[in-house]
Amino acid sequence: LFSKDGSLMFQQVPMVEIDGMKLAQTRAILNYIAAKYNLYGKDIKERALIDMYSEGMADLNEMILHLPLCPPHEKDAKMTQIREKTTNRYFPAFEKVLKSHGQHYLVGNRLSRADIHLVELIYYVEEIDPSLMAIFPLLKALKTRISNLPPVKKFLQPGSQRKPPVDAKALEEARKIVNK
Amino acid sequence: MWNLKTEQKKYHTATKSRLLVARGGEKPGGCDMAGKPKLHYMNGRLRMEPIRWLLAAAGVEFEEQFLESPEDLEKLRNDGVLMFQQVPMVEIDGMKLAQTRAILNYIAAKHNLYGTDIKERALIDMYSEGIADLYEMILRLPLCPPDEQDAKMTQIRERTTNRYFPAFEKVLKSHGQHYLVGNRLSKADIHLVELIYQVEEIDPSLLANFPLLKALKTRISNLPPVKKFLQPGSQRKPPIDAKAVKAAREIFKI
Repeated sequence: LFSKDGSLMFQQVPMVEIDGMKLAQTRAILNYIAAKYNLYGKDIKERALIDMYSEGMADLNEMILHLPLCPPHEKDAKMTQIREKTTNRYFPAFEKVLKSHGQHYLVGNRLSRADIHLVELIYYVEEIDPSLMAIFPLLKALKTRISNLPPVKKFLQPGSQRKPPVDAKALEEARKIVNK
Repeated sequence: MWNLKTEQKKYHTATKSRLLVARGGEKPGGCDMAGKPKLHYMNGRLRMEPIRWLLAAAGVEFEEQFLESPEDLEKLRNDGVLMFQQVPMVEIDGMKLAQTRAILNYIAAKHNLYGTDIKERALIDMYSEGIADLYEMILRLPLCPPDEQDAKMTQIRERTTNRYFPAFEKVLKSHGQHYLVGNRLSKADIHLVELIYQVEEIDPSLLANFPLLKALKTRISNLPPVKKFLQPGSQRKPPIDAKAVKAAREIFKI
């Protein structure tokens, strides 16, 4: 239906109706929300760091997102790749950032979208394999700190709009809607 | 409300103050952000080309350090200058910036190619992301196994004709202005024109039903810095050929 009434610029979802716009494309939506609510740093250099960190997180998130869509015979290889990239590439990079300045947030000593995206990612990684967090104490501390922020704490409670992990039923629904 | 011009002013003022203090009160001469950006990538388009286009369109001179072997990439990794051990990486204004979007967004913001407020930026982002999706399909085509290439080409043609080009033609038609957003040049125009050139290299007939896109391409191509970039001898890279595909596979192990 939405495809035909012209609400989707590229005939795709996600789409968010916000402030009179029909915004499509995940990054466009995220960038707008972050800028509007002061979660995007205080200048263009801070924004560059936030973008760089967020893009790295998006790369790992993409692998995790695709895992349930993987054909069964490819799943093991995909899991190994996720474990390897988490442990050797992405988590060390973010642990290093936190260690380098010793501050409570990734950028500019202040909450930004990068912290939110990272904590969300940490939750997903823990759902896959909690042991992957073992050697990243600063990431664990960040996760705890962000999870205790009142709005985040509320979101993490049952009954919020947070969605559960993808299961077979959700996958079937998704396939039907996007016609894959 | 976040305002780009204000943010840029604050940043430049802060930088000037820092430099003044650092130099013991000496007036900083020339640019606060010394040195040309330095691009680290292979000698080919792939993921660095949109960055080259944007820098060129902004009139920014840049240097390039080409990776010619897997060992060159290993060296950068061992030097600890690649946050996620990947290129593109651009050394700019004291940062070692990785991730294409982070680099493009920074250049655009710095050079006033990112709209005048967050709503314009949202449109620019939405358009840029659509452009990036089609660009990605075209980028991957030469790296596709031969038996999949026909299907991939068909998909590219279909998406260009039925999804992406109509969307942008519609934007230009809706306001009748010379640029996609805010009646003013932005990164969205540069990315779209680069994409149009790529599509034309694949199949010029795909542009046939899109007169406003053709006009945009002409207009942007005539802007002096873009015109210069389009001339032979510039840092613009040629279409990927078999040799470049081989190099990419070797260096990036893909």
